[in-house]
Amino acid sequence: MEHQLNRKKMSSGALITVIVTVILLVAVIVLENTMNANSMLFTVLKKAAVYSLVAVSLNLVNGFTGLFSLGQAGFMLLGAYTYGILTIPAEMRESVYYIYQGSAINFSLQGLFQGLFGTAGVGGAIGLILGVLLAIILAGLVAAGFAYLIGLPVLRLKSDYLAIATLGFAEIIRAVFQWDKLGRVTNGANMLKGFPTFSSFNIKDASGAVAVRLSAFMPLLIAALCIFVIILLINSSYGRAFKAIREDEIAAEAMGINLAKHKQMSFCISSFFSGVAGALFAMFAATVQARSFTSAMTYEILLIVVIGGIGSVSGSVLASFLYIFCSEWWLRFLDSGALPFGNISVPFFRNGFRMVVFSVIIMIIVLFFRRGIMGTNEFSDLINQTRRKAKTKKEAAE
Amino acid sequence: MEFFISQILSGISVGGQYALIAIGYTMVYGILRLINFAHGDVFMVAGLMMIYLSASMPLYISVPVVLILTVLLGFLIERAAYKPLRSAPRMSVMISAIGVSYLLQNVALYVTGGQPTTYPAIPFISKPVNIFGVPTQWVTIITPVMVIILVVLLTMLINHTKVGMAMRAVAKDFEASQLMGIKINSIISITFIIGSFLAAVGSILYFTKYPTVVPTSGAMPGLKAFVAAVFGGIGSIPGAVIGAFIIGVCETIIKGTAFTVFSDAFTFALLIVILVVKPTGLFGERATDKV
Amino acid sequence: MKKRILALVLALCMVFTLVACGPKTENNDNQNNNNNNTDAKVIKIGVFEPLTGDSGAGGKKEYLGMQYANSQSPTVEIGGETYTIELVPSDNNSDQAKAVSAASNLVNANVSLVLGSYGSGVSIAASETFNDAGLAAIGVTCTNPGVTAGNDHYFRICFLDPFQGTVLANYAADLGAKKAYCLGELGNEYDQGLIAYFTQAFEAVNGEGSVISDSFPKDNSDFTTYINKAKSEGAEVFFCPVSIAYATQIISQAANLDVSFPFLGSDTLDDNMVLEAAKGTNIQLFVTTFYAEGGNPEFDAGIKEYLNSNSEAMTNNGGNDTISAVTVMGYDAYNLALEALKAAGSGDPAAVKAALPSVTYTGVSGAIAFDEIGDAMRDTAFIKTANTTDGVWEFVKEQAAG
Repeated sequence: MEHQLNRKKMSSGALITVIVTVILLVAVIVLENTMNANSMLFTVLKKAAVYSLVAVSLNLVNGFTGLFSLGQAGFMLLGAYTYGILTIPAEMRESVYYIYQGSAINFSLQGLFQGLFGTAGVGGAIGLILGVLLAIILAGLVAAGFAYLIGLPVLRLKSDYLAIATLGFAEIIRAVFQWDKLGRVTNGANMLKGFPTFSSFNIKDASGAVAVRLSAFMPLLIAALCIFVIILLINSSYGRAFKAIREDEIAAEAMGINLAKHKQMSFCISSFFSGVAGALFAMFAATVQARSFTSAMTYEILLIVVIGGIGSVSGSVLASFLYIFCSEWWLRFLDSGALPFGNISVPFFRNGFRMVVFSVIIMIIVLFFRRGIMGTNEFSDLINQTRRKAKTKKEAAE
Repeated sequence: MEFFISQILSGISVGGQYALIAIGYTMVYGILRLINFAHGDVFMVAGLMMIYLSASMPLYISVPVVLILTVLLGFLIERAAYKPLRSAPRMSVMISAIGVSYLLQNVALYVTGGQPTTYPAIPFISKPVNIFGVPTQWVTIITPVMVIILVVLLTMLINHTKVGMAMRAVAKDFEASQLMGIKINSIISITFIIGSFLAAVGSILYFTKYPTVVPTSGAMPGLKAFVAAVFGGIGSIPGAVIGAFIIGVCETIIKGTAFTVFSDAFTFALLIVILVVKPTGLFGERATDKV
Repeated sequence: MKKRILALVLALCMVFTLVACGPKTENNDNQNNNNNNTDAKVIKIGVFEPLTGDSGAGGKKEYLGMQYANSQSPTVEIGGETYTIELVPSDNNSDQAKAVSAASNLVNANVSLVLGSYGSGVSIAASETFNDAGLAAIGVTCTNPGVTAGNDHYFRICFLDPFQGTVLANYAADLGAKKAYCLGELGNEYDQGLIAYFTQAFEAVNGEGSVISDSFPKDNSDFTTYINKAKSEGAEVFFCPVSIAYATQIISQAANLDVSFPFLGSDTLDDNMVLEAAKGTNIQLFVTTFYAEGGNPEFDAGIKEYLNSNSEAMTNNGGNDTISAVTVMGYDAYNLALEALKAAGSGDPAAVKAALPSVTYTGVSGAIAFDEIGDAMRDTAFIKTANTTDGVWEFVKEQAAG
């Protein structure tokens, strides 16, 4: 009875979270079409959406399964390249691959679909959406496939050895993608560009002017859906097995959990979503170049997870938005040498100060607020708690 | 032939520099089971301090000052960032190490203003010399000699002094040695002090040969030194040194071939192969997990 | 309890920053503005430059040129009214991942047009953001063809990589080199692009196989192996179009290795840090660049005075008053932007964008006019060599591609 009651309450908290998310998504569409569309708000929203997905995927493997993986940048790279290579329009390829006199792959997925549905109007839109979706899914699958191969040898390793081995793999992947012998596929050192980005999803009227803007809504929607799938996974029996492995590998094995299988599964699923996030990142940046996927990027994401709370999906999402909003927007004044209010020039404020302040904040969180913003709690838990408290108060009053 | 000799020479010199960093990694790992990600950045900061200090004081003062400040930095990092997390899970400590590394790099970026800085020329060791008809610098020859001297001293310290014995005891069993009355915290501090001292010496030799310091200068040598430490068997000082020399030489040889693109990737591939095939490295002791 | 306090603190932080951001756009007007006359009308010019990161040193020098130009002509006369020009800098960290938000930051600040960047990668990454906002951008020293190709909002005032690569290859041939060794950073489109064009042109003269190319990984510091390799392969010229930090490493390491071949570099090597590294050695170093000191004595004297009177500018210039070509280009870009504003007749981004293609200007680095792609029509590059005894650049000649 008690158990059932808890379950029921759980779902009410979760329901509220879902409703709030949907309201926020709708609000973004409304804002996007009423506010100045070039506002900084939408850029940081897009980037934060991408980062929240990577952060949650990293949290899945680090926070929920207890595998310390630092390969996220590598998986994002795989996803971004897969997406880029498959969706650059055929007519753009000559100019993008100009150093290598054309690409080895001479079609684009949305081009193929548009061949079926026609290029104009609704048919074109369907072709574009199907092509991009397929490319995003393939991006995830390629990353997951590589993760599977990497996972076979390295997942046997213990925590910090695993971390350094995955970090090493990310570096190797980066070197391979920059190798000029593969230039006709990866474009070597040059960047991939010209593929559909978020603003390709704005609905245009006949004259080519934007009728409905969806460019900030799209990444948020995709990220929200992916995170929703991850939450479902975490709350399934697989998720409970992951947590058991995190708490105690040997005990989990004694309970009949197949360690190798579950570790591999968590690692691959996490990489799948990192790959998807890589594709989204490519769409955000409008270009793909291997040199931006460095270990510094992984560290950044890891720190986001730590700020949010290792083992909390809500925490990772919240921290991604806070981190990106602060570092890319709100705290920019730390670099410029002038405070946002008044006209006071502060001597320490010059380029690079923003990052110093940031790293100090991170160290404070790591040392003094080790559980991060959310600890291992989720929004739905907090809602349930407050409801329960309100209920007990009411009962006490009665 | 001249090319071959020059390759081997620079390989040995690179290896020697990795060795000095690797010792810091291997000692800290041996005792705390922590990959001290910030170690490479301590090395970079030592380089930067030398640049700023040598601008205002003569070398015979600035060199010892740099050594002392680097040791102090290593000591402070341990006290501030690792000691409070002694009972926390290993992942937290490692994240703290990554955080310190991030902090040091960003502070360095802020201080240098993003400009590459040039290391001062140190008399004698930066002078050119000819070996077997191959032109190079004195530092190329001094580095391996220095490494061997320091390693011998360090091994003596560890094997024949009380502090060394305490270090070995702590590395073997943290709690038991605490029960035996060993002051764990001071032993760990000493480990960090030795590691930072060697990193400072390494930075003088390294930046004399490669005289540009940027905030990310420490990251790659740091990672490679760690790989060397793993290769040699983590916790073993001679292992780390031999591992470092092997990696240094291999890396230079690869740079001389058509696969120069993969010189960094090779180091990591080697790491993964070792971790999978022989996780204890060349000289490491097999540790068993107690349930 | 602890958690609640943390939550409270964070919430306060958020509120504080939100409040702080509210009036940001208006208050931006005051910053970097020499005369804080709030009544005057202001036109903002965005500066999209790497002030930190790999290309930080170059980006700062380019920005320096714009700041100097701004101090020279802080106002512009449009339709009988005087507008104060305000430079709004935004640091792109030399990183593509950060470039988009840095660009958005400029768009958000309501600039009329954008200058920059040093480095082509960040320019290409930010291109779409500027396009979406209807902003025109003037590339100052981004030499990659991809910056202006296929769009109508990105312009540039410098020459292009195919041209520069060919000029360098021709000059290498002039030096009598039959075999060349090229070294670039792995994964850097600037280095690799130039090497590709250099190879094409050099092999056209000296035949297949006369060029050996290598790439080094990011953050590499041991270049002795590569230099020794070039020696043992019998290279007669060493071409290294790399970033400043790597160039100083290559030059100072080569100084101890007894090399006989000359070093060739692209516009990035025209930097006083590289010069400093070459000083006192016996290295022969030639670079192609946009401007040679002495080309315009009046300008040279003016900027040197500016540098010597402003310690921060001096630090940003690398600690001495050697004039980098990128600074000159930054200066010209600023003045060209003023011309564009005059031609547009207002600070409206769309008007500026429409006016830009036909704007012409004769700057310190030469006459600038745009072709239909949006590139400046330039047919010559300056070649300079490092005088290693005095530590100054010496003008060698002007070289055309043909």
